[in-house]
Amino acid sequence: MNYRTTLAALAASVALPLSAFATELEVTHWWTSGGESAAVAEFAKAFEAGGDTWIDGAIAGGGGTARPIMISRIIGGEPMGATQFNTGRQAEELIEAGLMLDLTDLAEAEGWADFVNPTKLLDACTVDGRIYCVPVNIHSAQWIWMSHAAFEAAGTDVPANWDEFVAAGPALREAGIVPLAMGQQSWQTNLAFGTLAVALTSSEDWEAVNIDKDADVARSPAYTRVFEAFDTARKLSVGSDVNDWNQATNMVITGTAAAQIHGDWAQGEFQVAGQVAGVDYTCLPGLGYNEVLDTGGDAFYFPTNDDPEITAAQLRLASLMISPEVQVSFNLKKGSLPVRGDIDMSSANDCMQKGLEILASGAILPSGVQLFTEDTNNQFNDLMTAFWNDHSITVAEVQAGYADIVANAD
Amino acid sequence: MAHTKRPSQLFRNMAAKIAAIPMIFTTLVVFVGCTGWTVVYSFTKSKMLPKKIFETTELFSIPTPSWLSDGSLDFSYISGIATKNFVGLAQYERLWNSDRWLLSIENIAIYGICSLVFTFVFGFILAALLDQKIRFENTFRTIFLYPFALSFIVTGLVWQWILNKDHGLQQVVRDMGFENFNFNPIYDADIVMYGILIAGLWQGTGLIMCLMLAGLRGIDEDIWKAARIDGIPMWKTYIYIVIPMMKPIFATTLVLIASGIVKLYDLVVAQTSGGPGLASEVPAKYVYDLMFASQNLGQGLAASTMMLTFVIVVVIIIPSIIRAFGGKKNHV
Amino acid sequence: MSDATVTLEGPSGPKPKKYFTRRNLFLYGTLIIISAYYLLPLYVMIVTSLKGMPEIRLGNIFALPSNITFEAWGKAWNGASCTGDDCGPVSRGLRDGFMNSVIITIPSVILSIAIASVNGYALANWRFKGSNMFFTILIFGAFIPYQVMIYPIVLLLGQVGLYTKLGGLIVVHTIFGMPILTLLFRNYFVSIPEELFKAARVDGAGFWGIFFKIMLPMSLPIFVVAIILQVTGIWNDFLFGVIYTKPGNWPMTVQLNNIVNSVQGVKEYNVNMAATILTGIVPLVIYFFSGKLFVRGIAAGAVKG
Repeated sequence: MNYRTTLAALAASVALPLSAFATELEVTHWWTSGGESAAVAEFAKAFEAGGDTWIDGAIAGGGGTARPIMISRIIGGEPMGATQFNTGRQAEELIEAGLMLDLTDLAEAEGWADFVNPTKLLDACTVDGRIYCVPVNIHSAQWIWMSHAAFEAAGTDVPANWDEFVAAGPALREAGIVPLAMGQQSWQTNLAFGTLAVALTSSEDWEAVNIDKDADVARSPAYTRVFEAFDTARKLSVGSDVNDWNQATNMVITGTAAAQIHGDWAQGEFQVAGQVAGVDYTCLPGLGYNEVLDTGGDAFYFPTNDDPEITAAQLRLASLMISPEVQVSFNLKKGSLPVRGDIDMSSANDCMQKGLEILASGAILPSGVQLFTEDTNNQFNDLMTAFWNDHSITVAEVQAGYADIVANAD
Repeated sequence: MAHTKRPSQLFRNMAAKIAAIPMIFTTLVVFVGCTGWTVVYSFTKSKMLPKKIFETTELFSIPTPSWLSDGSLDFSYISGIATKNFVGLAQYERLWNSDRWLLSIENIAIYGICSLVFTFVFGFILAALLDQKIRFENTFRTIFLYPFALSFIVTGLVWQWILNKDHGLQQVVRDMGFENFNFNPIYDADIVMYGILIAGLWQGTGLIMCLMLAGLRGIDEDIWKAARIDGIPMWKTYIYIVIPMMKPIFATTLVLIASGIVKLYDLVVAQTSGGPGLASEVPAKYVYDLMFASQNLGQGLAASTMMLTFVIVVVIIIPSIIRAFGGKKNHV
Repeated sequence: MSDATVTLEGPSGPKPKKYFTRRNLFLYGTLIIISAYYLLPLYVMIVTSLKGMPEIRLGNIFALPSNITFEAWGKAWNGASCTGDDCGPVSRGLRDGFMNSVIITIPSVILSIAIASVNGYALANWRFKGSNMFFTILIFGAFIPYQVMIYPIVLLLGQVGLYTKLGGLIVVHTIFGMPILTLLFRNYFVSIPEELFKAARVDGAGFWGIFFKIMLPMSLPIFVVAIILQVTGIWNDFLFGVIYTKPGNWPMTVQLNNIVNSVQGVKEYNVNMAATILTGIVPLVIYFFSGKLFVRGIAAGAVKG
């Protein structure tokens, strides 16, 4: 008996170093749709392969639902191990308050600055020269997704740009197809507006409004053109009564709608539905005009912790999230672009390849989350969704409202 | 009550005072304290985190409480000289210039009035029907009451599904031959608040019916007999005799319904997310969205201060109305 | 009801002998029509949860399922988001939260009721200076939107070291259950004949003596009401559960939210409905079996306010 117990104890002590790390780490995020869950599972699997335990803290309902819970945990002094935020200004104040782990040493040791592409992504994680987050993917909003089946049913070619698409509108209507799918959530209408703005204005005008916050340019005829296109778009979307973005994507997948202006995360839904880019659907960056993409995306932050074991586990997870293998497996599932320029993404599909090319060419913009505060972005959301749903609001009114918000943005 | 008139103030009733400590703590620290916190910070430009109303300067580094240094944040009043974060009434100015806030108030007014009237009338009629010495009373009562067991998330989801334009009520009526029947409250801005009302009434009327039924059961049989002997029609008996006798229960009912209206949030989020557009936005949602989604605490707190002001007015006015009508009963 | 012919049929009249009188037709007709409105959603929930997605896409929501399948129930219980793929450590089923909900609900219900009943008793029978003021503030508290209180309470709990602990969540539920429960208990204790109270005082019984020996034994109905209200409220709570505990302890409603708010292409209404039934089953069962006691308790408590 005694002998056996000793043996068991011995075995246990030997077994211990095998699973070298055994720290539990809570990770909160708002990725719960099909493609998103599969992608986040890649992180979890890789992390657990090292012997640690991933405690999943998924909160559905988007950042609006999840962020108050995350922020509560951090300011209440009982933080989670790691948490998702969008790349940008969302965690600014938490970093300034000293609540986030400084990752600079790890980043320097691993040479993040050498392989992160575009390098601007690291800037979004940097406050006063120190790095506080790991960018994990790049998402761009400037895409239109089009169903081949829908245009075939209407008897037209798949459009190559926005104007061709608008021209196909009547034929689509006749075939009983909603030309443009749009979810009811306000950020989706604002995203569509932003995409139209990038596609239909010169880059000087766009930068004047979005970077210099010049309200006069926002009031100018150059922008009137964008609002007119936006007005056309809302008329093309009448009959698209769905709420979530992926319900709208699903309308395109099934061909009940012809197109959707949406970010590249829509890709994951086409993939889950087994559709092939270039065969079943087409994607046009910059609506076929300005092939420019913004570089939004997600980043993970690691709240400071007293427990050195947790801090060590946090650094392990940070290093793992940006490692080449995990970047490939995660981003293929998520339908987003990797943050590293040095990995092989040849298994990516047509649309992702287009995105990668644009990325490599350097035609990139900062995203709305990086340019404006959440407060301002939500004011845009409210304005755009009100205009989209209430056809009595005129182009002139919405443009004036837009210029006011730009003028007051901080 | 006799025992309240005895002398010796402080130590009298000690046990009762000790027993009431949790309540005193809750009212003073949580309700009054947090309300005060809300009001104070509504005058600041706090964004994601609360910003001290007066900024302290480096020169006066006041010894900070220990829990400050461990990473959690101060929310107590610390006096200083610079007023960097104080913005006066700016948050209120923005609030009352916001179309969304004005629309929210309009929506809650529509919902509130309808909900109050319908819940009262419907609850009372249901109770009166059940009070007719009917068979299967238990069955009917359970049917009217069970929705109350379900959360607003569930309620909103179920009614969203029933009112779905492609599969739900609208389609079913159309299939019956009424091709032009239009009832799409989830995506029709003009009637969306009524779509929410239908769900809200479904969930909440049962409890009110129970309260009303309890009130009716409390009425003396002799009163009914007397009314019948005098040949007073039943509806007159209800209006002139029974209802005035039920004032106390109406008071409880009013507290329940009114607090539900002010706090209306989950149902809207689950059923319409405030859409289409902004058509079903409500004040509690404005508060929540501004505080958390927009990370503009100051603005959210200004909105909640307005809500709390409204509530204080209501809580003070309701008891005085009841006192004016209620006569002898002095509880609530 | 204003029909002149029914005026003599007061509610307290003898049970009518004939079943098909005009009054009965009207009465039961009305009740049955209203019952349909109340039962419709339950019917839709059950029927939808038993259908497969293809049938949902084609048929109308009131039709009976042509092929009954429990697939949606399994998905809701075991994890809805893991379509095909093995999700590994990332699971999304209701079963993860069921025990957590039980562990949260039981102590929260007990503590909140214990405290509110003593409060109500003190306010009804042992008034002290200021007690009415506290009561008014308490009623005011019933109107405060919970969302406003999130940060201050996080900071408060953080200070006393209860944040993210089960104890902290119990305290939060106790605090927010207090206004309505205290109102109920106070109204109930006021209705107990004062003579009983006085007699006990003469016999020398004190605050706790009277509470345990006289008040409690007479208060079963109101305790039933309080238990039902609290079990329902706490079981259905999402906001407090998700904010004041850690992911490992999240209640079932968090998983419900994750199922309901994560759309896989089309909304899987069958899984959503199965999930809502599974989440609602505990309070529903309580209502179905104790509805009678509930009304009796309210009748005893709230009437004499």
